[in-house]
Amino acid sequence: MTTMPTTTPSAIGQPLDRVDGRPKVTGSAHYSAEIPLPDMAYAYVVGSRIAAGRVSGIDASAATAEEGVLAVLTHENLPRIAEQPPLVPSLAGTAAPGQTYFPMQDDIVHYAGQQIALVVADTWERAQHAAHLLRVSYEETAPVTTLDQGRDRAYVPERIFGGWIPGRIERGDVEAGLRDADVRVEGTYTYAANHHNPIEPSSTTALWDGDTLLLYDSTQGVNATQMTVSRLLGVPMQRIRVIGHYAGGSFGCKAMIHAHPTLAAMAAREVGRPVKLALTREQMFTSVGHREEQEQHVTLGATREGRLTAIRHHKLSPTSPFDDWAEPSLGTSSQIYACPHYEGVYRLFRANTMTPTFMRAPGEASGMHALECAMDELAHELGVDPVELRLRNHTDVDAMSGFPWSSSGLRECYERGARRFGWSGRDPRPAMRREGDWLIGTGMATATYPVAPLANPQRARARLYADGTAVVQAATPDFGTGVATVMTQVAADGLGMSVERCRFENGDTDLPNIAAAVGSAGAGMISAAVHSAATALRGQLVNKAVADAGSPLHGADPVDVVVRDGVMTAGTASEAYTDLLRRNVQPDAEALGQWNPPAHDIPYGMMTFGAQFAEVAVDAELGLVRVRRMTGAFAPGRVLNAKTARSQLMGGMLWGLGQALLEANHMAPDTGRWANSSLAEYLVAVNADAPDVDVELIEVEDDIVNPLGVKGVGEIGQVGVAAAIANAVHHATGRRVRKLPITIEDLL
Amino acid sequence: MPVRGPALTEQDAALLEQGPGPVRVGLSVNGAKRTLDIEPRVSLLDALREHLHLTGAKKGCDQGTCGACTVWVDGRRALACLTLALTCEGHEITTVEGLSEDGELHEMQRAFIAEDAFQCGYCTPGQIMSAVALVQEGHAGDDDEIKEWMSGNICRCAAYPHIRAAIRAARDRM
Repeated sequence: MTTMPTTTPSAIGQPLDRVDGRPKVTGSAHYSAEIPLPDMAYAYVVGSRIAAGRVSGIDASAATAEEGVLAVLTHENLPRIAEQPPLVPSLAGTAAPGQTYFPMQDDIVHYAGQQIALVVADTWERAQHAAHLLRVSYEETAPVTTLDQGRDRAYVPERIFGGWIPGRIERGDVEAGLRDADVRVEGTYTYAANHHNPIEPSSTTALWDGDTLLLYDSTQGVNATQMTVSRLLGVPMQRIRVIGHYAGGSFGCKAMIHAHPTLAAMAAREVGRPVKLALTREQMFTSVGHREEQEQHVTLGATREGRLTAIRHHKLSPTSPFDDWAEPSLGTSSQIYACPHYEGVYRLFRANTMTPTFMRAPGEASGMHALECAMDELAHELGVDPVELRLRNHTDVDAMSGFPWSSSGLRECYERGARRFGWSGRDPRPAMRREGDWLIGTGMATATYPVAPLANPQRARARLYADGTAVVQAATPDFGTGVATVMTQVAADGLGMSVERCRFENGDTDLPNIAAAVGSAGAGMISAAVHSAATALRGQLVNKAVADAGSPLHGADPVDVVVRDGVMTAGTASEAYTDLLRRNVQPDAEALGQWNPPAHDIPYGMMTFGAQFAEVAVDAELGLVRVRRMTGAFAPGRVLNAKTARSQLMGGMLWGLGQALLEANHMAPDTGRWANSSLAEYLVAVNADAPDVDVELIEVEDDIVNPLGVKGVGEIGQVGVAAAIANAVHHATGRRVRKLPITIEDLL
Repeated sequence: MPVRGPALTEQDAALLEQGPGPVRVGLSVNGAKRTLDIEPRVSLLDALREHLHLTGAKKGCDQGTCGACTVWVDGRRALACLTLALTCEGHEITTVEGLSEDGELHEMQRAFIAEDAFQCGYCTPGQIMSAVALVQEGHAGDDDEIKEWMSGNICRCAAYPHIRAAIRAARDRM
């Protein structure tokens, strides 16, 4: 093949407005519960009131007698699943059930809210009403849900997180490292369970046409839905199409495929009508996973000069009866500081809960809180500035593997973040600043998030029409990340066209590609595919022109051809793509692009870095905490769109604020039910909680991770924020609160 | 099918005398008269979304806690999920679909796009309906006021600083 001709990238990085802005602000964007289909029926899920035991009977007579009720499905009459696929993160591009359990296959109750019946009726109101007429009787046993109930029965799992992470991670001799330390800090950190709560509840609309199934699903991966439903129903892939043009947020709860899309398909087959199944807000707390309640224990050993000699990081958390799941909180603490001795151990216990799942910065959000609070404590103990302490332990290699980072930028993040925030000259003494009733403090933390290794070839298709417009396609949904916008930019640069003439089409299994956009990997993997498809099409057109006797470019060397605004130019000769196609009576041209990700064992550490700074005010009498300002400096590789990237990072930082001060759910120990299952009780940040946020982007080149050097911005924004806030609370008040969220009673 | 009798033209009396089966309800939505046969328990939100296919108003919680369903009833902000559709007879309903005129975006819609005041877009129609109303109410004087008066609309993507920027920008042009 000839050498690829070049273009001058101009669209990538620009702060382009979102391409889906207009439909979103006018209400014309249709989410997956908003597809008008004739003869629609509505399914309402009934969850178990008890957390442990069995369903001893369901009397559906009153419900089925209601006008408009089409079906009541329970474990007694719901079809059996064809096969339960294993739990594998959807990034792998395989079936990805949220847990290895499918409801209503028997009468056992494993957790409160577990689906025990499905009522289908001709209106939403009738389905909901009839559901409340079901008379369910139970045989109840005592549930285990809290850390204190499960602590004594904990075990160290062989692997967690869908089998991807070992239960124990070690290097060196952590006991020796702690023995050799001049200084030790040690603390136990506790974390309330967190729930994603995207504003769009998960929903699926299912429609059968003979033996072919069409699903509109709110998902991070339309293919993940397709593959999971295919395995569970035993319907071949070729007969299932999944469309997800819009998803109203996810944050991880739509990354794995939970039971409801399959239940919607089963219900639609049962009643012979299209079925809409939308979870209620309350059901979102028991149907789509959560970030588990957990306890972490961190011990740091260091020399008097502040060099780490040992890190011990242990975690205890509940998992479901089915799966060994914990979010990998101990990953980054093993990697990001130079330290000879490390020990990370996960301990799990079986509890009456569904399998927890990914939630934004899964693992890092909690693990980096514990580590970075401990680092702050160490800095305080040693009398070393917190930024300086981190620089003293900085590593240019992945401390676990010993491989160099594919790119870093962490030093610049510290430096520029500190400068923008005004960190230097900080008086390190706690509880020294007061403005009226308010105690003022500042804190910082390191942010790190791994660049996920990919398994599958990434594919996209590019098509140019003779009218000079182009469509580039990949299956991936846009659940608010801005992927449709940034891929338009990537496509435009690859084709050598303006963004106005390019359209990115996505969110449909009929389009190329497989893996779900999770783990901040979407931008990197999809841009690789789109770039590949667009440049392949450009190469095809350039090669055609130089070989075409009728073209002004005939005989030119393809490497000398530059394409801009759809015009190919070599020296003084030029021809538009459109002229080339029309002269050849060719209505369009098309290319499939494919990028094969690097092997998992490449000798590089792949990580995104950043630094977080926060200022808090704590009411000395009331214990109220207000975050006054935040600065985050991030090095996410190449930034595809400065506007959407900043927005995602800002949103992540405000998630960190919520994690630090607001978000909590707790199991009632006697009933095994969540106590805060509404947005009135599970607090998330509202406008009045959110200060203005300063986001600094530091672009670093990275030619290892993927062709455009994109490391992703979805999760790094949250990592470290809760630690920066907790450290600022200590600086303001002198009090170390080792739990999240930090609430008023902790500071009274 | 029961049809509302002449004695029930007084609003508020309607609730006492109708249902439980479907009743005929006349709604004025975005200036257009619409007639629906719906059970009295149907919320304004479900009437709009499921019966009129106006899905701009979103169902985020169905409990009045998130603000995604915010519409105007006679120009005042209302939570459509906590409002029964039949109580809206004789009142003018405005949804986000009725905000732009002849395809021209409202200043607030334009500002939301320019300031990137959303990501997933699901809370956005509710945010915009609240935002326009609070400017009209005179509650958008400064950021503190905007923060307070916009706190009934949750944005889980946390675009709040950009929402404030959009409201400031549109306020000065409205």
